[in-house]
Amino acid sequence: MATVADLRYGQKGIIKDFTEHILPIKLMELGCLPGNSVELLQIAPLNDPIYINLSGSHLAIRRSLAALIELDIIEETQAK
Amino acid sequence: MSKNINVALIGNPNTGKTSVFNQLTGLKQKVGNYPGITVEKKEGICKLPRGVKAHILDLPGTYSLNTTSLDESLVVELLLNKNDKDYPDVAVVISDVENLKRNLLLFTQIKDLKIPTILVINMADRMSRKGISLDVEAMEKKLNTKIALVSTRKNTGIEKIKELIADYKSISSKPILDPTRISPEYFERLKTTFPQEDLYKLWLVITQDVNFMPIEKKRIQDATDFSTKSKDELKKLQHKETVLRYQLINNILKETYKVDFMVAKGLRASLDKILTHKVFGYLIFFAILLLIFQAIFEWSSYPMDFIDEQFAMAAEWIKNTLPPGVFTDLLAEGIVAGIGGIVIFIPQIAFLFLFISLLEESGYMSRVVFLMDRLMRPFGLSGKSVVPLISGNACAIPAIMATRTIENWKERLITILVTPFTTCSARLPVYLILIALVIPEGSILGLSYQALTLMLLYLIGFGTALLSAMVLNKILKIKSRSVFMVEMPTYRLPLLKNVAYTVIEKTKSFVLGAGKIILAISIVLWFLGSNGYSDDFQDADRIVTERIENEGLSTYSKNYVKNNIEAYRQSSEAKGLPPNALQDSVQVLTAELSQRAVAQEIASYKLEHSYIGQAGKAFEPLVKPLGYDWKIGIAVLTSFAAREVFVGTLATIYSVGSDEEETIKNRMAAELGEDGKPLFNLASGISLMLFYAFAMQCMSTLAIVKRETNSWKWPMIQLGFMSAFAYIVALIAYQILI
Repeated sequence: MATVADLRYGQKGIIKDFTEHILPIKLMELGCLPGNSVELLQIAPLNDPIYINLSGSHLAIRRSLAALIELDIIEETQAK
Repeated sequence: MSKNINVALIGNPNTGKTSVFNQLTGLKQKVGNYPGITVEKKEGICKLPRGVKAHILDLPGTYSLNTTSLDESLVVELLLNKNDKDYPDVAVVISDVENLKRNLLLFTQIKDLKIPTILVINMADRMSRKGISLDVEAMEKKLNTKIALVSTRKNTGIEKIKELIADYKSISSKPILDPTRISPEYFERLKTTFPQEDLYKLWLVITQDVNFMPIEKKRIQDATDFSTKSKDELKKLQHKETVLRYQLINNILKETYKVDFMVAKGLRASLDKILTHKVFGYLIFFAILLLIFQAIFEWSSYPMDFIDEQFAMAAEWIKNTLPPGVFTDLLAEGIVAGIGGIVIFIPQIAFLFLFISLLEESGYMSRVVFLMDRLMRPFGLSGKSVVPLISGNACAIPAIMATRTIENWKERLITILVTPFTTCSARLPVYLILIALVIPEGSILGLSYQALTLMLLYLIGFGTALLSAMVLNKILKIKSRSVFMVEMPTYRLPLLKNVAYTVIEKTKSFVLGAGKIILAISIVLWFLGSNGYSDDFQDADRIVTERIENEGLSTYSKNYVKNNIEAYRQSSEAKGLPPNALQDSVQVLTAELSQRAVAQEIASYKLEHSYIGQAGKAFEPLVKPLGYDWKIGIAVLTSFAAREVFVGTLATIYSVGSDEEETIKNRMAAELGEDGKPLFNLASGISLMLFYAFAMQCMSTLAIVKRETNSWKWPMIQLGFMSAFAYIVALIAYQILI
C-alpha cells in the first residue's frame, strides 16, 4: 500500500485511510482526511522531512509520520 | 464609565493575527507572562467608536481547540472559564483568505462555545492575485456571524473590526455543529448525566488534557466512565467531529468561495525551489547566518563600547561629584555598574531579534527548520533549535529568549539548557588573551596555531552543546505530545511595524525580566569585592602607604612610572620642547604617575583582602590542581558574574590600572608561579580556557533561564552541572599537560 512517504517530486495522491489512533488530530485538522489530495513539493536535502501540499495546507512533516497516511497515487495524466 | 469590552483575538498561526493586534492597539500594549507559565500574554487597549473601549487579548496561535501544547491549552482554558477576568465578551477569529477552509475549523469550534464570534478575513489584498472571489454576505448568513475583510498590509478593514466589536451584542452566539451528531448514543448519555451542562464544553473537558477548574473535571470522572472511555475510542470520535465540521465548512464554501486556479500560481513554488535546494538552500542559510553573526559581533560592538564608556563616565562623575562615602561607592560601583551590565546587552538582543523577526515575518524561518531538521534529529532536537543554538555563539541571552518558538517543551528545555555551552562573545576576550600568552606562534599548513586553537574552542563549545542535548534527551523524562509538523507559510515582505514591535518588546522583557536579578547580583558582588572584615582591609591605605614609604614602589609600579616617563620624554623631544620646560613637566608627570601607582597598589591590596579576595585565597587549594593561584582564583570567582570581567579583575589585582590588553598581557606573562616558572604556561592556560568553555559563568544567562523556565531549579542545575564539568575537564587537562 502506498503512503505519503512514497510520493515522488511533484506527484499527487488522494488520501485513503490512516491508522487513526496513531495519527495526531492536528494533522487531520490541517486537512489530512480521506478523499483529500496530497502533493509532494520538496524533499529536504537529507531526504527528510518532506514538504507537502495537503489540500491547501503547506506543511513540512517527517517521513515517519508521512508513512502512516495511506493514499492512492494519481498517475500523471498529462506530461508537461 | 461602563466596563471595557473584553475581546479575545484567536487564530491559526501565520494568519497575521499579531498584525491585527498591533493595528488595533498601537503602542498601547502590554506583554507579560501568564501567571505560573512562560506563555506570552499580550494585551492592549483599543478605542472603539462611540467612546467605548475594548481590552484586547492576543491569544497564542492555535489550529484548533484540540490542544497539543501549553499555548493551545491556555486558549481552551480561558474560553471554558467564564469566571476568568479575561473571559471574552466577544471572540474575534482571524483567518487568512488563502487558508480559509482550515481557519474556519477553528471558527466553528469557537462558535460552538456560544461566545459571540466575529470572523476577520485577513490578507484580502491577495485575493485578486490568487484568483479568489468571496460572497461575504452569503457567508455571513451561513456562518451566522459578521465578517470583516481586512488587509493589515494595506491598512484596510481595521475600522470595520472596531465597529463590529463595539456592536458585539448584535452578533449571534448560536452554535454551528450539534455535538450529538458526533455520536448520538454517547452524547445522549452525557446529557442525561449532566442535564445542566453544555454538551460541547463537556466534550472538550473530557477530551482535552488541560487544567480546568478541578471540580468540573473531577465531577465528570466521578460520575461516570466518560473520560475513561478508551483513548482510541475518544480519538475516533474526535476524528468524526473533524470530518463533520469539514463537511459543514465545505458546504458553506462551495457556494461562497471560489478559486480560479489558473491565476493562482504563486511566488512560493519558485522561491522554495531555491531556498530549500540541496546546495543553494544551505548556502543561502549560511550566508544569512554570517550576516547575523556580523551584526551581533561587529555592528553591536559600537553601541556596546559606547554604552560601556557612558556608564564608566557616569560612575566617574558620581565619584567626583558626590561626597565620598559608602553611598557614593554603592551608587557608582554597584548600581551604575550593575545597570550598565544590563544595558550593555541591549544591542545584541536588539540585533538578533531584528533578524529573527525578519526571518519569521518573511516566512523563511520555516524553511530553515525544514532544511536543518534532519541534522538536529540525532541529538534529540528538531530544526527549530537551530537558530537559538547558533545565536548562542554570539550571546546566550537572546538565544535563550529565541527558544520560545519551540512548541515542544522538552525540546525547548533541552535547547535552553545546552545553549550556554556555545561560545558566546564574552568568552572571546578571555580566550584571546590566554591564547596570545600560552599558544606558540607558528603555523601548520598555513594556519596559525593560535587561530586553530580559537576555532577548536568554538567547535568544542558547539559539540558539547549537541552532545549534552543527546544525553539530556535520554535522561529527561518529559512527556511531550506534539509531533514535528511545520507550516510553510507563503513568503511575504516583513511589515516593519511588526518587526519593530518584536525588537522593542524583547528588549523590554530582558531589561525588566532579567535586569532585576542582574542588578541584585552586581550589587552583592560589588559589596564583596569592596568590603572586608580584616584589619588589613580596613587599614589598606595606611599599610600600603607605609610600605611604599619604607620600601618604595613595587618593581612593577617603578617600571610603570619609568616607562611612561620615557615615552613622554621621547615624544616631547620629538616635538622639540625646550629642555627646562620638559624638566618641569616630567616632574609633574612623575608625581602624577606615582600617585596613580600608589592608588593602584592600594586597590590591589584591598581586593586581596576583601571578602572576594579572602574567598579566592580560601579557594586556592581547590584551584591549585588546575594550575591556578589565588589571584586567578579571584578572577575565576568574579567571572561568575560575567566571563569578560576576568581580564579586568586580573588587571586590578596585578595593580596594572589599565584596560590596555597589551599591558595586561605583559604583566600576566611576567607573573611567576611558586616554582619560579611562568604561571601562565601551556598547561594552566589550556586548563583555564577549558574551564571558561564549560563553566556557567554568566549571571545574566542564569537570570534569563530562570525567567524562561519559570523556576530556579533549571538555572541552578545548569550552574552546578556545568561548573563541576568545567572543573573536572580543566583538572584533567592540567594534570595531563603539566
